[in-house]
Amino acid sequence: MKNSRRKFIKFAGMAALGWSICPSLAGARSGPRQSADRLRAERWAMVIDSEKLNDELMDKCIEACHKLHNVPDIPNDQNIKWIWKEPFYNLFHDQSHGYLKDKKSIPFLSLCNHCDNPPCVRVCPTQATFSRDDGIVLMDFHRCIGCRFCMAGCPYGSRSFNYFNPRNFLDDDQLVHDYPTREMGVVEKCEFCAHLLDQGDMPACVEASEGAILFGDLNDPNSDVRKVLRERYSLVRKPKLGTDPQVYYLI
Amino acid sequence: MLEKAIKGSALYWIWLLVLLAVIGVGFGAYLQQLDQGLSVTALNRDVSWGLYIAQLTFLVGVAASAVMMVIPMYLHNHKAFARMLILGEFMAVATIIMCLLFVVVDLGQPQRLWNVVLYPTPSSVLFWDMVVLNGYLFLNILIGWVTLQAERKRVGPPKWIKPFIYISIPWAISIHTVTAFLYAGLPGRDFWLTASMAPSFLASAFAAGPALLILLAFAVKIFAKWDPGREAIQSLAKIVTYALAAYLFLIGCKIFTAGYSMVPDKLAHWQYLYFGLEGHTMLSGFMWASTAAGVAALLILLFPKNRQADNILAFACVLVLISTWIEKGMGLITAGFVPTPMKEVLTYAPSGPEILITLGIYGIGFLIITVLWKVGIGVRREIEAT
Amino acid sequence: MYDANKIIPGLIIFALFMTFPFWYNLGAEAYSTPELELPEDYERCIESTEFMRAEHMNMLDEWRDLYVREGYQEYWSELKQESYPMSLTKTCMYCHSDKEEFCDRCHNATAVDPYCWDCHIEP
Repeated sequence: MKNSRRKFIKFAGMAALGWSICPSLAGARSGPRQSADRLRAERWAMVIDSEKLNDELMDKCIEACHKLHNVPDIPNDQNIKWIWKEPFYNLFHDQSHGYLKDKKSIPFLSLCNHCDNPPCVRVCPTQATFSRDDGIVLMDFHRCIGCRFCMAGCPYGSRSFNYFNPRNFLDDDQLVHDYPTREMGVVEKCEFCAHLLDQGDMPACVEASEGAILFGDLNDPNSDVRKVLRERYSLVRKPKLGTDPQVYYLI
Repeated sequence: MLEKAIKGSALYWIWLLVLLAVIGVGFGAYLQQLDQGLSVTALNRDVSWGLYIAQLTFLVGVAASAVMMVIPMYLHNHKAFARMLILGEFMAVATIIMCLLFVVVDLGQPQRLWNVVLYPTPSSVLFWDMVVLNGYLFLNILIGWVTLQAERKRVGPPKWIKPFIYISIPWAISIHTVTAFLYAGLPGRDFWLTASMAPSFLASAFAAGPALLILLAFAVKIFAKWDPGREAIQSLAKIVTYALAAYLFLIGCKIFTAGYSMVPDKLAHWQYLYFGLEGHTMLSGFMWASTAAGVAALLILLFPKNRQADNILAFACVLVLISTWIEKGMGLITAGFVPTPMKEVLTYAPSGPEILITLGIYGIGFLIITVLWKVGIGVRREIEAT
Repeated sequence: MYDANKIIPGLIIFALFMTFPFWYNLGAEAYSTPELELPEDYERCIESTEFMRAEHMNMLDEWRDLYVREGYQEYWSELKQESYPMSLTKTCMYCHSDKEEFCDRCHNATAVDPYCWDCHIEP
């Protein structure tokens, strides 16, 4: 990724040089370009406001995500989840105690934390899962060999494996054509909607959350996410593991 | 030398046919898995590794038996192993092939296996595991074949093979260490996150490998009427005793750390293993059996008189294998996943196809051992007849 | 020759086996380039026909790495003087919308079975 940025700059520099010498050569080759519409950040992060989120909103977020990414609904323990509801205790058992009253069983949204120091990326033997330079931990479904080392490596249970052919559990007429399904035998997870960011849109769950989920650049001190993290108390999951998760929960 | 494998008694051929039948059934189950995906297994979103990877873990250990003869023989000039060493090396070949097969059947996309080589990733322990397993396989085929051929020609092994033999010693240690590191380096899995993983892999390996070797040596004595030598077996029995003691000691250390610190994230896995949690008690019976078998075997083997009686020694070796197989092949992997990162508890019990595929791979392993040992023993007989 | 009665039949079986593809196809129809149904509304593809015929698979292979891993989203076509999303479904199959009459005809005739559509959804 750093490499590609360097390549791009190099390419741009060469293009500028070429253009100054011989203007007719400008863009004289077919090839890859970066889209002008894409949203850019130094470090994408998500902030989930547990005060604003309610059960109904969470269902909307889940529905939006799973619909957009053609995530099948498999009615057993070999299922696929990108974003789902989990009781507070299950997410923050290391930061809770016996007298939390009702909080313990309140459902929260759970998804990939897009860690700054992701164990899944470290353990993947083919670099099928990798960190982009904007911090998103992405899956390359073309390359995954299905060894599931990343699932053992993930301390958050955020990854799912396609035990089945997912098309068996998807209605052909209901498929969303803009995003592929997966094939049997690869691992998948939340991607912070990298493909939407690349075309200039915000992630599906953020759009569906009616303002309860914020998404922005953590390196920009004036971004929404930085502002709200300054003002309110927030948690991340299992901070002691040093994975540096980038999904923040406002309490 | 291979021609020795195609001349055998009726019993030999019946045994091979039985193994081929088991392999055939396993292969059929694997075709089903290729068609329907790993959905035919009992693996799931929480316990994502199971019987296959557990067998890899156990068998990596068994492959070590060769090095427990190489060290005394080449470093301490302990000649008793000279006749039997080839059997250990050939057993290592068979077990490493089984290990590699267990990795392959566990993959969701086996046809993309080559990606591990196309995109080498030094940060991944699985990449290194592939390197050390294949390297150890290569070393044992090379060393076994070259030394056997030299013996057959009544000459000493060529000088150039010596460096390979010496390299094979640390290399054998590396296959356990790297396989233990698959688990020991994962931040969220408290059960595996301990420096004692690699040492305890080595200890159980050096107990289980030689124990299996002793049993197979007895089988050879009965069925092939060829005696690998009493002194060799007695030396192996001593190695089993020491390694078994170290293996039990290390388990005790782990239990102490979890039990005395009472850190719930550590303790819960041990409670799950030995007592069950939230009604999920399937493993606890097996785990108590494993510990009891291990302790009983140690009590038997500690007394030289017991070790010297073939029947009692064989019985103790069976106990060692039961103990280590349950510990590695059943407990270690599942208990690493349960309780899950969400602190949920579940039971994983392998499915029918999973068990058949596993048996099929064991069939392949025993087929390779049988054929290679037939060659090895055939050559030895030829030498000893003259 | 020792064991000639075993070696010669063995060699014959080997030769027959190795030449299997030739005699298996004896009498089969000669290969003819399949007729493809081209999109009516568009005159040309993003690159020349010759290039696309020979290189489309490599191009798609490069595209998927460039898009998924390298952070590029569009392909500038010198021929059309326009940018296109690097996407099998959004770009290629936007025009070539009939998979059966375009993709499959050649793939079937040459007995290749690309797994693109195991995941990517045909229009």
